[in-house]
Amino acid sequence: MYSPEILLTAVLNGLMTGSVYALIALGLTLVYGVLHIINFAHGATLTAAMFAVYVLHGAAGLDPYVAMIVTVPGLFALGYAVQRLVIGPASHGDDGNILLVTLGLAIIIENALLAWFRSDTRSIDVPYGFSVIEVGTLFLSLPRVIAVFGVLLVALLLWLFLARSTTGQAIRAVAKEKTGAALVGIDVGHIYAVTFGLGAACLAVAASLLMPTFLVNPRIGNAFVLVAFTIVVLGGMGSIPGALLGGLFIGVVESLSGLFMGESLGQIGIFLIFILVLLIRPTGLFGAKA
Amino acid sequence: MSALRPYAAILAVLAVLAVLPVVFTSGTMQNFLIFTLIVALAGQGWNLLGGYGGQFSFGHASFFGTGAYAIAILQERLGLNPWLALPIAIGLGALVGAVIGTLAFRARLRGSYFALVTLAFAEVFRIVANVLPVTGGAAGILIRLNVDPLNFQFADRAAFHWLTLLFLGAVMLLVRALERGRFGARLVAVRENEDAARALGVDVLRVKIAAITLSGAITAAAGCLYAQKFLYLDAMIAYGPWISVEALLAPIIGGLGTVFGPVLGAFVLHGIGELTKTWIATLTGGALPGVDLVLFGVLLIITVGFAPRGILGLLPRLRVRAA
Repeated sequence: MYSPEILLTAVLNGLMTGSVYALIALGLTLVYGVLHIINFAHGATLTAAMFAVYVLHGAAGLDPYVAMIVTVPGLFALGYAVQRLVIGPASHGDDGNILLVTLGLAIIIENALLAWFRSDTRSIDVPYGFSVIEVGTLFLSLPRVIAVFGVLLVALLLWLFLARSTTGQAIRAVAKEKTGAALVGIDVGHIYAVTFGLGAACLAVAASLLMPTFLVNPRIGNAFVLVAFTIVVLGGMGSIPGALLGGLFIGVVESLSGLFMGESLGQIGIFLIFILVLLIRPTGLFGAKA
Repeated sequence: MSALRPYAAILAVLAVLAVLPVVFTSGTMQNFLIFTLIVALAGQGWNLLGGYGGQFSFGHASFFGTGAYAIAILQERLGLNPWLALPIAIGLGALVGAVIGTLAFRARLRGSYFALVTLAFAEVFRIVANVLPVTGGAAGILIRLNVDPLNFQFADRAAFHWLTLLFLGAVMLLVRALERGRFGARLVAVRENEDAARALGVDVLRVKIAAITLSGAITAAAGCLYAQKFLYLDAMIAYGPWISVEALLAPIIGGLGTVFGPVLGAFVLHGIGELTKTWIATLTGGALPGVDLVLFGVLLIITVGFAPRGILGLLPRLRVRAA
């Protein structure tokens, strides 16, 4: 058995990783909740955002956190345009088509990055990359603590936006009843694209929070995408609190199963949860009954 | 004679494919042809479930990898002759199909949910194969070189080409026969409208499970041929997402739910892919990895958006004959 300190550290590490998972899942679940589509390109978009942070750091010397000034609006615009110009027109609103179109996008993004950056794994050096803060007997990585607060802040801002702003109201209206929303004069196509843009913008934040302690290669998104799907399914498709709690839970599961079963087998726990939830309760733990 | 008419076009296509290794004698070209035929075979498996049955799987690697690993492990670890291992490996592929199908279809997973659960199964297989000692773990498994037709290894690439073509041809004739029979009609009914099919007395669950079982067997056969051709496997090759994507791209690009779709799609995709790679390499003076896949992604989106019946749908005359 492991000592309580090691277990506690594993749980805390899991919570910290899980908070970033939660942010990635937040973007996915938002898009699902409003557009009712599964965005298969979510992982590849995250990879693209991470490379954007990497390039901005290397070429312009921007700190990964500062890079958000560029990447968040950039990814929002990209997401908006992709939904409006590619996914919308090419999928004709059919569920199977959307899945294939977003799969096509994922293949394009991943391999374009591969052609550009090759398959090398890269990381960036920041002075605070290895800084720690001491809490009692535990040492917590500073960038990862920042990530936790960053995620909480984004979740709060997103919630405020959806609850208070006019656009947020329109998004919620479209999510509930798209025909009714169109009847009262809401531009559904625009709202779809805004939502998709918000999902991508979440990934831009996640990329900046990840880069100080993480590495990037063209296939890194794959490691996140199934985890994000698991969280979304576990938390209930379209549920924002579900995504947050699910993210933290999956982070802890991954950390603990990694501790007990080793790194390579650790991920299996996540996939098994994913399969079990889909088979037994596809509406998730927080989702409405179908 | 009229009973054979529906099969004449298939035999004609097979005859053309059979001549290819006589016309193209370079080793690179022949390897390319064999690889493309294996992809087409895997695509036939996907097409039976996805094209005819409307159940889009994102995890056909589960079947491909099971077939490939089974034939490799049975001969390397248990000393079984690969020809004897072949039916066992195909049977295991069918079994994996039946298990995944029973679980997923009993839970009434459709559309995106079905796609995701098949992908998750493939990933579980990949991770397990990457750590188990029997699969050789991360180092992979090597099938010992022992060139002898009795040992499922051929010195002559053309011979392997014809063997692969035999599998593909048999599957194409089988699919055509199914398509013309009751099973095919039920499967298409399930694709078009599950509730209506059920109302007409079709046992939807049974039809779907039968389709995924057969689909698993066909794609496992492709995995066996891959293993015997390249004689090396690791978890990323056998259970990696690449083959799941290849298996669905070929029929979708070629023509969903048609006998010729997967073959046409595999040849068009890989033909264009190879040409682009060569062209880019001469243009930039170096290989650009992934550039062919970027093109595949673009073609997938264009096909889904503007040519839902694939290339076959764009050729009206062929379409009539294929239908």
